[in-house]
Amino acid sequence: MSAEAWQITGFTLGVAALSTLAIFPFGVAVAWLLARRDWPGKSLVETFLALPLVLPPVATGLILLKLFGRRGLLGGWLERTFGLEIAFTWRGVVIATAVMSFPLLVSTVRVAFENVSPRLELIARTLGAGPWRVFATITLPLAARGLAGGAALAFARALGEFGATIMLSGYIPGKTATLALSIHHLAQLGHDHEALGLLAISVVIAFASVWVSGWFLRRRTP
Amino acid sequence: MSVALKDLRLPLAPFVLEIDATLDGRVTALFGASGSGKTSLLEIIAGLRRPAAGAVHLGDTVLTDVATRTFIPAEHRAIGYVPQEGALFPHLSVRKNLLYGFSTSRPRPAGLTFAHVTAVLEIAALADRAVGVLSGGEKQRVALGRALLAAPRLLLLDEPLAGLDVPLRARLLPYLARVRDEFAIPMLYVTHSPDEVMALCDDVLVLAAGRLERRGSPAQLFQIDPTPRHELRPS
Repeated sequence: MSAEAWQITGFTLGVAALSTLAIFPFGVAVAWLLARRDWPGKSLVETFLALPLVLPPVATGLILLKLFGRRGLLGGWLERTFGLEIAFTWRGVVIATAVMSFPLLVSTVRVAFENVSPRLELIARTLGAGPWRVFATITLPLAARGLAGGAALAFARALGEFGATIMLSGYIPGKTATLALSIHHLAQLGHDHEALGLLAISVVIAFASVWVSGWFLRRRTP
Repeated sequence: MSVALKDLRLPLAPFVLEIDATLDGRVTALFGASGSGKTSLLEIIAGLRRPAAGAVHLGDTVLTDVATRTFIPAEHRAIGYVPQEGALFPHLSVRKNLLYGFSTSRPRPAGLTFAHVTAVLEIAALADRAVGVLSGGEKQRVALGRALLAAPRLLLLDEPLAGLDVPLRARLLPYLARVRDEFAIPMLYVTHSPDEVMALCDDVLVLAAGRLERRGSPAQLFQIDPTPRHELRPS
């Protein structure tokens, strides 16, 4: 494997890990709110969360570019306030993959929370446990496999992200080039041999992460 | 210690639960067919559900009062709840289940120690097992022990024997009687079974469609009542 292929692979894994870590706490919180609480506007939020799954990824990418571009609402503010550039940097890649894998994380973790019997949580309350202790000692451990499975699935989705990433970050070798972007770029140029090399790496990583996710989700908590 | 249910009201799907009663027996039975509102009533007392109107007092403590917007959360009520299926925490060992509600900050009657409770219920030998390997009867005894070790002021038992077969029920009844005699914690006992009422309870409230239909001692109710027992049983 060439040094470039290593760099691309490392960058892709790093970005996927970072985006998964970044969305994990929010994803768990949103999933819990959807699984355990009724609130006004819940169905709107559910629909909104599903959008990245059904919109063309490039459309989501365009929305992100308008938001996080230099003249965008958030992008302009981040650059002025913190000197942070988002569009066409590695940060843009993280944001694009995070947005694209968020719905998958939420839906998986939500099912995990829904599978925890509310009865057990109520019993824990009668034993003197406040809401936080119930969450930490009953809900979370019983949903743990689903949380891990959801994180692995989000990670897998982040690895393969293309459409939103190319819109927000473009293909910049050594800077924003992920496996998916590089495969597309190399195939466009007719460099099929190198593209196939990266393809093989993608298949191995994707297989492994989906398998890990399945392993968590298949095995039931005791 | 008495439980006062003052003009409690809670609309349930086919009827409205409406109860006004003071319970001061050692073991009070809530007797009635499935869907007569017994479990909802227990949930209101435990603080797991809010009534639409009325109040619940435990001794001098106001637990719930809709008029004054008083509502003590379940975790601060010190009311134990043992449901039909036991509802043990499947990811914790028997010992951790038993000690889940064990807090040194709650006032604790002398006998409510881990050693004594597990001895009375004969579950000391199970302490290091996983919950999943327990039999139905063992699970119910552990659930009972777990509720007791939280040092409750009142114990709510929601058909604790209903999921078990008849011989096993007969074997578990003496444990419940021991808990009654040993720990002096008032109990509310929801059941379908006249045998359990006769064996354990000193006061019986018969609920039908959310209302208190009759009340009396087990002897009064089951002797005077001309209805054959099988008709009192749920379908």
